[in-house]
Amino acid sequence: MALLPVWFHRLGSPPHVYRLAERLRPWLGWGAIVTIAVGAFWGLALAPPDYLQGEVVRIIYIHVPSAYLSMLGYTLMAVAAAIGFVWRIKLAHAAAVSIAPIGASFTFLALVTGGIWGRPTWGTYWEWGDARLMFELLLLFLYLGYLALRASFEDRDKADRVSAILAVVGVVNVPIIHYSVEWWSTLHQGPTLTKLDDPSITLDMLLPLLVMIFGFTLCFGWLVLNRLQGQIVEREHDARWLRQFAAGAAR
Amino acid sequence: MSEFLAMGGHAPYVWSAYGITLVVILLNIWAARRARVRALERIARTADEPRARRQPTVRQV
Repeated sequence: MALLPVWFHRLGSPPHVYRLAERLRPWLGWGAIVTIAVGAFWGLALAPPDYLQGEVVRIIYIHVPSAYLSMLGYTLMAVAAAIGFVWRIKLAHAAAVSIAPIGASFTFLALVTGGIWGRPTWGTYWEWGDARLMFELLLLFLYLGYLALRASFEDRDKADRVSAILAVVGVVNVPIIHYSVEWWSTLHQGPTLTKLDDPSITLDMLLPLLVMIFGFTLCFGWLVLNRLQGQIVEREHDARWLRQFAAGAAR
Repeated sequence: MSEFLAMGGHAPYVWSAYGITLVVILLNIWAARRARVRALERIARTADEPRARRQPTVRQV
């Protein structure tokens, strides 16, 4: 009756996930540093300027990875919260909580770097009428609302369950952000990468952009692992496996 | 080099965007690491205490 493989079931086990995170963390951390260093040098110094936008196009190498992670982060958070809500798996709630502040940070970065890019390109930092900008701002408020809602509960189990509902309902915003540039074409430019058959970007810019997306994703993973381990320790503080671990390994 | 730093007249935009991104990521690294280490330190402090003393105090009636 092995409907799901054993490794999948073990993802619900705090000690297993804690040790897995301990093993993965250095790989993600050093991988992120090397990849982002390579990608940033490539994007800032080697990649060509845009024929219309000039040098300011180099903001793409931080803006697109941030925006992509803001949406990926929210989706992962909503999936984790839903799993925690339906199957009452505490570890899933712990993962959702760990992602929220990191996802909010990348959403903030997507908005700020986009605004800075918009000033010389569109002539304005911000445009209230642009759908992409509005829904990305809403995403930031969803992250912050999730965290604020959690903070309003004394009881962690209750905070887990109520905030999970907000996380899951808010996920409808993610596809709206994605398609907003096609449904309402105002200021923000259309999709560049997701037309996979024919991406409208030269290889000289596409390669450093993919390197940066990969590096930012590794960094995101490293950040989530750290916070997830912290969450596991807080939630399992009386577990024997953890006390034995902490007695030897607290640094 | 100075041509690279000038970014074709777009220096304030490019470098401020990269600077803000670097600062926000460094703050995240610091905060995420602190969340993990602080939690470990908290349980390490109480590791040698007997189990009963870590339980919340309940007033006996």
